[in-house]
Amino acid sequence: MRIAVAIDGSENALRAAKHSVYLVKHLPEAVLELIFVVDFDKVKDDYLLTQNKDSLLLEREKKIKPVILEAEKNDIATTVTILKGNPSQEIIRYVNSEPIDQLILGSRGLNLFQEMILGSVSHKVMKHVQCPVTIVK
Amino acid sequence: MKSPFFDWIEALNFLLHTFKKVHGRGARMDTFKQEWFGNVRADILAGIVVGLALIPEALAFAFIVGVDPRVALYASFTIAVIISFVGGRPGLISAATGAMALVLVTLMANHGLEYVLAATILTGIIQFFLGLFGVAKLMRFIPNSVMLGFVNALGIMIFMTQMPYLIGFNTMTYLFAIITLILVYVIPRFLKIIPAPLVAIVVMTTIALLADINLQTIGDLGTMPNTLPTFFIPNIPMTFETLKIILPYALALSIVGLLESLLTSQVLDDMTDTESDKNKEARGQGIANFVNGFFGGMAGCALIGQSVINVKSGGRGRLSTFTAGIFLMFLIIVLGDIVAKIPMPVLVGVMIMVSMTTFNWGSFKFLKQAPKSESIVMITTVIIILYTQNLAIGVVIGVILSSLMFVGKISQVTVIKQNAEYKVQGPLFFASTTKFIQYFRHIEEGSIVINFIDSHLWDESAVGAILKVKHKLEEKGVQVRIVGLNSMSEQIYEQLK
Repeated sequence: MRIAVAIDGSENALRAAKHSVYLVKHLPEAVLELIFVVDFDKVKDDYLLTQNKDSLLLEREKKIKPVILEAEKNDIATTVTILKGNPSQEIIRYVNSEPIDQLILGSRGLNLFQEMILGSVSHKVMKHVQCPVTIVK
Repeated sequence: MKSPFFDWIEALNFLLHTFKKVHGRGARMDTFKQEWFGNVRADILAGIVVGLALIPEALAFAFIVGVDPRVALYASFTIAVIISFVGGRPGLISAATGAMALVLVTLMANHGLEYVLAATILTGIIQFFLGLFGVAKLMRFIPNSVMLGFVNALGIMIFMTQMPYLIGFNTMTYLFAIITLILVYVIPRFLKIIPAPLVAIVVMTTIALLADINLQTIGDLGTMPNTLPTFFIPNIPMTFETLKIILPYALALSIVGLLESLLTSQVLDDMTDTESDKNKEARGQGIANFVNGFFGGMAGCALIGQSVINVKSGGRGRLSTFTAGIFLMFLIIVLGDIVAKIPMPVLVGVMIMVSMTTFNWGSFKFLKQAPKSESIVMITTVIIILYTQNLAIGVVIGVILSSLMFVGKISQVTVIKQNAEYKVQGPLFFASTTKFIQYFRHIEEGSIVINFIDSHLWDESAVGAILKVKHKLEEKGVQVRIVGLNSMSEQIYEQLK
């Protein structure tokens, strides 16, 4: 069984990741995959906000690291998949093209206005992904 | 039976193959093919999207400089087409830009279009040679705090340039600008394929025409071109005086253009997970501006926003940039009369969005989290640019300031006393020696040890300072022993003492 969790460095995603670790721990045959999407719309600003390419890569790694540590604490091996593009589109495309059995997402704490402008990644992904999806509050 | 002629062909063929292998021409042809035709369908589609999206910005940039729309539209066409052949970063979109337009404002106001074109040509020459001498390496010395200051000041300046077209007309002007602004932010939620500014422009222009609302239009401010650009030599006196006028502008344009182009190249490298030749890009920018000036276009460079749109729309290869340039020119020639009917407040609405995306909103968080010195560099860069209205001066002063602050930061040297051993912490070089010497003014012991294990000697003044301390103390009868020099410091010490 292949369980994937989408992470973006936010608190909500970390909660989702913790839940995924919890699930994998109780399903002896399950493997855990971490999906991280580099958002095309943020690449420019990320570049400007970090010193250079190396520090940018380090910043991205830092967003994944807590989840890996959490998994290691529970003796769970993980694989990391880094995608680039529009987060919801990339997650949908990837999850539907791979034999993933279960996708776990965090819900993002947006207010109504933000949701109208930005749209919610979790909502869009949930609608278009073919495997079962768990959204962690 | 084989004819001797046949053998001859075979021999030639064999030679040709060997030649290809030896010179790796085969491999180079493959890259060429890949960069141009590796992604044909998506490149053409993305190019069309970008070609459309380039038009409103080019118009706005022309108005910023105070030239006819033609000058910016020709620039966008020529630069995009030329750079698609000679640029170092496939998929990068170069055209007339706000940053370059802002540099040209005073040159246009004081000396006119011919000088703008001459400065563009000179910019091309400077950029080409900078590329030849490997300017890309220098990019490392521009800290991100300066880059942040640059884009933030740019955003603010683009915003300010739009105000004259907004304030002091009628209520409808405000209304159209505000509705356009709302549209460009809401449309992407529902429609992703076509850039929102285009949809907003089409919708709002249609409304204005149907309802017959009295608004200033693009046609009121200038004429649309209806032919392709033609070659001509700017009509300027070929004197030293002319050079004195255009050289400062050409230097500023070169800095600003390369800064934005190389930043954009890095962003595209990351988005597409590919590498690019930054010096080739610099040379390409030079060639494009050089040719562009002779075809009546104002100086341009890479556009971050449009390049990102290109990649997001699927554009990866040189064909996308080429298509963008060709399609832009095609549209203008065919639809020029319709474009002229776009109301100015609609263009202003779009440009306010452009200025908001140019501004880096993460900067406020940056100010809170980054070391104080970096925050000061960023704010100083913004203030200097806004005060001098010159992006290049702000960048240069920002870089100097940040280097000085860096020197200040690493020149912290302390001496810790443990019994009769004095431990030096921090690098010793021209900026830190004074402090080092001060520590050894009042020594009471009969003999001391100075330990350099946590230090590093960088230059002659470091060695000079150590010798000075040693001699002064020895005059007072204090024995001095130097220990713990690392091998590089030891070397420089032995060489210079």
